[in-house]
Amino acid sequence: MGLRIWAVMQKEFIQTLRDRRTLLLLLSIPIIELFLFAYAIRMNVDHLRTVVAGAEGAECYAYVQALEASGYFDVVAYVDDQAEVIRAIDGGRARVGVVFPPTFARDLQRGTAQVLILVDGSDFFPAQTAYGMAGVTAQDYGFSVMVERLERSGYDTRFLHPPLDMRMRILYNPDMSDLVFLLPGLLAMLLQTQTLVLTSAAIVRERELGTMEALLVTPIRPLELMLGKIIPNIILVILDMLLILALGTGLLRVPFRGNVLFFFAVSALYLLSGLGLGILVSSISRSQKQTQQIVMVVVLLGAILSGFIFPRYAMPKWVQMVGLLFPLTYFLGISRGVINKGIGWSVLRPSVLSIALYVLVVLGVAVVSFRRRLE
Amino acid sequence: MPEPAIIAHNLTKRFGDFTAVDHVTFEVPRGEVFGWLGPNGAGKTTTIRMLLGLLRPTEGYARVVGYDAAKQAHEMHFHVGYMSQRFTLYQDLTVRENIRFYGHAYGLRGEALRRREEAIVRMAGLHGRGDPLTANLSGGWKQRLALGCAIVHKPQVVLLDEPTAGVDPISRREFWELIYAMAAEGVTVLVTTHYMDEAELCERVGFISRGRLVALGSPEELKRTQMRGDVLEVAMEEPERGLRYLKSLQATGRLPLDEVALYGVLLHVVVPEAERWQERLRRALEEAGFRVQHVAWIEPTLEDVFISAVKAAG
Amino acid sequence: MIDLQRLRAVLRKELTQLLRDRITLLLIFMMPLLELFFFAYAVNLSVDHIPTAVCDLSLDVRSRDFIDALVASGYFDIAEYAAGEADVIAALDEGRVRAGIVIPPDFAAQVARGQGEVLIILDGSDTYSVQAAYSAATAIAQHHALDLMVEKLRRQGQTFELMPVESSVRVLYNPTLDGLIFIVPALIAMLLQILTVNLTAQSIVREWELGTIEQLLATPIRPLELILGKLLPNLIIAAVALVLIALIGFVGMGVPFRGSVLLFLFLSLLFAISGLGLGLLVSTVAHTQNEAESITSMLMLLSMLLTGFIYPREPMPAIVRLVGDLIPLTYFVRIVRGVVTRGVGLTLVWQDVAALAIYAALAMYLAARFFHLRLD
Repeated sequence: MGLRIWAVMQKEFIQTLRDRRTLLLLLSIPIIELFLFAYAIRMNVDHLRTVVAGAEGAECYAYVQALEASGYFDVVAYVDDQAEVIRAIDGGRARVGVVFPPTFARDLQRGTAQVLILVDGSDFFPAQTAYGMAGVTAQDYGFSVMVERLERSGYDTRFLHPPLDMRMRILYNPDMSDLVFLLPGLLAMLLQTQTLVLTSAAIVRERELGTMEALLVTPIRPLELMLGKIIPNIILVILDMLLILALGTGLLRVPFRGNVLFFFAVSALYLLSGLGLGILVSSISRSQKQTQQIVMVVVLLGAILSGFIFPRYAMPKWVQMVGLLFPLTYFLGISRGVINKGIGWSVLRPSVLSIALYVLVVLGVAVVSFRRRLE
Repeated sequence: MPEPAIIAHNLTKRFGDFTAVDHVTFEVPRGEVFGWLGPNGAGKTTTIRMLLGLLRPTEGYARVVGYDAAKQAHEMHFHVGYMSQRFTLYQDLTVRENIRFYGHAYGLRGEALRRREEAIVRMAGLHGRGDPLTANLSGGWKQRLALGCAIVHKPQVVLLDEPTAGVDPISRREFWELIYAMAAEGVTVLVTTHYMDEAELCERVGFISRGRLVALGSPEELKRTQMRGDVLEVAMEEPERGLRYLKSLQATGRLPLDEVALYGVLLHVVVPEAERWQERLRRALEEAGFRVQHVAWIEPTLEDVFISAVKAAG
Repeated sequence: MIDLQRLRAVLRKELTQLLRDRITLLLIFMMPLLELFFFAYAVNLSVDHIPTAVCDLSLDVRSRDFIDALVASGYFDIAEYAAGEADVIAALDEGRVRAGIVIPPDFAAQVARGQGEVLIILDGSDTYSVQAAYSAATAIAQHHALDLMVEKLRRQGQTFELMPVESSVRVLYNPTLDGLIFIVPALIAMLLQILTVNLTAQSIVREWELGTIEQLLATPIRPLELILGKLLPNLIIAAVALVLIALIGFVGMGVPFRGSVLLFLFLSLLFAISGLGLGLLVSTVAHTQNEAESITSMLMLLSMLLTGFIYPREPMPAIVRLVGDLIPLTYFVRIVRGVVTRGVGLTLVWQDVAALAIYAALAMYLAARFFHLRLD
């Protein structure tokens, strides 16, 4: 049995290594993702292009200065009125508009000044940032005007400070680096995607080229064939995982807080689930084209529903349920727990057990449908 | 005197440092069945692709049915049929859909196309079998259907690239009957093969080896002119051991043997002069303790000629 | 140049093949629908109702006020009460909560002395939650502190208006910062690109892989006729899919469509053509369907990250932005945000439209050039 598995493995290795371009692409995708998230992608935006309308007098300019000083707003133009501000945002030349009423200075004296801030809501992250920061800066500015006025009225403002202070502690990721958050998810994603893609492609290709029949008339048994196909893929995926882990923790300095051995052990278990899914997909699809479509859906939905990027608790209940169909969902908590939080078996036991259960079920179903397919 | 159906002049194709086809010159007159022979990788398919205008020659030119293959490929394609190495039919189309598609591609339509469709279905032996998906046909039928699609437009020249590879002997025979039937109607056929028995069926053959044309002529002509030395056929017991022994004689130079090869249960030995070496060969074998039934001077097969020609070309 | 009969022959063959494989065809239409559906309901960009653990060691009026302020904001949901800081951290460790609030003992007295201090602990392994929680908590605490201060000043006999300036923020086009309004138009664009690029690349690479292309090239069918014959059915599929997902997105999900539908359809056509061109380019590079698949999935990934589809392009380094410029989606995301969400006309998006047109023409031209070089 060992020899026959070895024969299939050798064949798979040779085929995989021969198709260099595919291999290279497959291996480079997570690395590219890693570096893009490390260096290129930011979700919070600053230096938003801002246009200002109706700015007249020192008070307005002081307000604008306060906005600019926050670092979130860059004034790119002064225009005449609100209509022009909206035109600038319509045309995409500005993300934010600040409109002062003509009576701003007088209203300020009376304490009833109103500033209108218009935000481009067609692009989410800039809108969100602008929305939050505009409010905060207005409050800051209002506070400084208030203090100044109190001073003028002879109040000793030295003792004037907010009576409440807030300390913010961000666990696991004090610098709020997207990468620290992303690396465990990326590893989890990679393990699922690569195993799924490699496994399903290998089996379907064999069938489409008609070589499956040739293999099945040899003494190689279906289980041996499957194992022989799977083992090279596992090795490849593990290498890829090590590479990403080394790059992430070494070069990009993402801390690995938990136990590495525990992480590898659970990863190995988790790998089996991707393989099971791969076999399942390839036994239900009839051509490479179909496999590709199904794999794409699984990968995309997995990325969206597992919590890889978007938190699961914010989703509707039924969507959360669908997410449970993907092994990634279970592993994500483990990956983040071990790498970011440094927790281990005692806390993660339920998640590990659910992965084990998942693996059992999916491999069982996969083997049954694979056999049925062969008959 | 009309122009020959196919003219290749100094035809050369280089891919980087590799010369796939090296200054090949030949002509095929109209109505001839011409065999284009050579081992795998010798440049057969590359030559055909240049004749079809699918590849641009690095040097030289090809003319087919009066058109320059490189410059007038499109016009030429109306008069040339091509059946590529794999039977490239659409597996997910039915037999008739395949025929109709190629018919339309060649500009056939209406009644003319319908007549050709019937003729091809009959020729492929698929008459009365409904209209199955091509994927469900077996090898011989697929092959004949592929030929049918290649000649749907009644071309003057047909290029067949290893049309019989992987097909059973009966289908092969039937296929050659189709080729002769086409030739009888004046169609020029250029066919590549590495079956030497099929090569014997061609009116003339060209041998290509490592991109170079090493011999050209009718099978009889080639056997007469291209064979350097004579072929002795040896029937003996334990031919494999005999082969090893003769190879050792060849290596040590004790006998001037140009070539020793197993031919079924027989050995073919090429010597400079049959009369002079026939008896000595027999004696040498018997002295070594072999039981020899006969050593006969025979007419060379095309395979012998081919090996000899390749050797002579270096 | 183009013979209509031959073009029709290719078209008929392509359509027959497409219709023969019903399951694949069904998958082609189902996939974008599924994605649209799940994306729309799963992607919650503005995270609120963050599960929070509260450890109130003070249990007085001030602490309750503060916690009420946090809950009232809608950003924090109290998931559990903890007895101490360690319990809060344990809850975070185990993933039961994403945020924790620790209020020290004797909070009211501290506030009275002007030294109140609250500790907020956030789960940094979840960027979205942490960002939302961070800014929400900052703003709420600041506001709360101001209120307290004003109250104190009042008690000291200072008479003055609360805040001299009020800013009212109005978010144009998307007043409630609804994630759907933001994501659906771009997602439709994304799905359209995936569809056009993949279909084209696959259908041509398949002919190369099976060797049928050689047979085709030996017929009088010209490469241009072949390419057009393959592109047109894909364009039809793309158009049908577009209408389908646009109907679901704009009618079914109620995402507002502010601009001209006709203009949108016309520009989508242009975008689809550029997608077909890109698919053609992929087919000139890839030798097998497997390779084509790898390339297209790489393209999909880059499209998700670099085109402004989700992540803003402004903070990206110039070189990364340039890579994004090579993907047609970059231009079309800006176009749909303009035409659909902001409801503007051609005059305001013409630069991106021109870029898209140039892209389509260039891709087609290059693909045709490479196509000829393919056999050599």
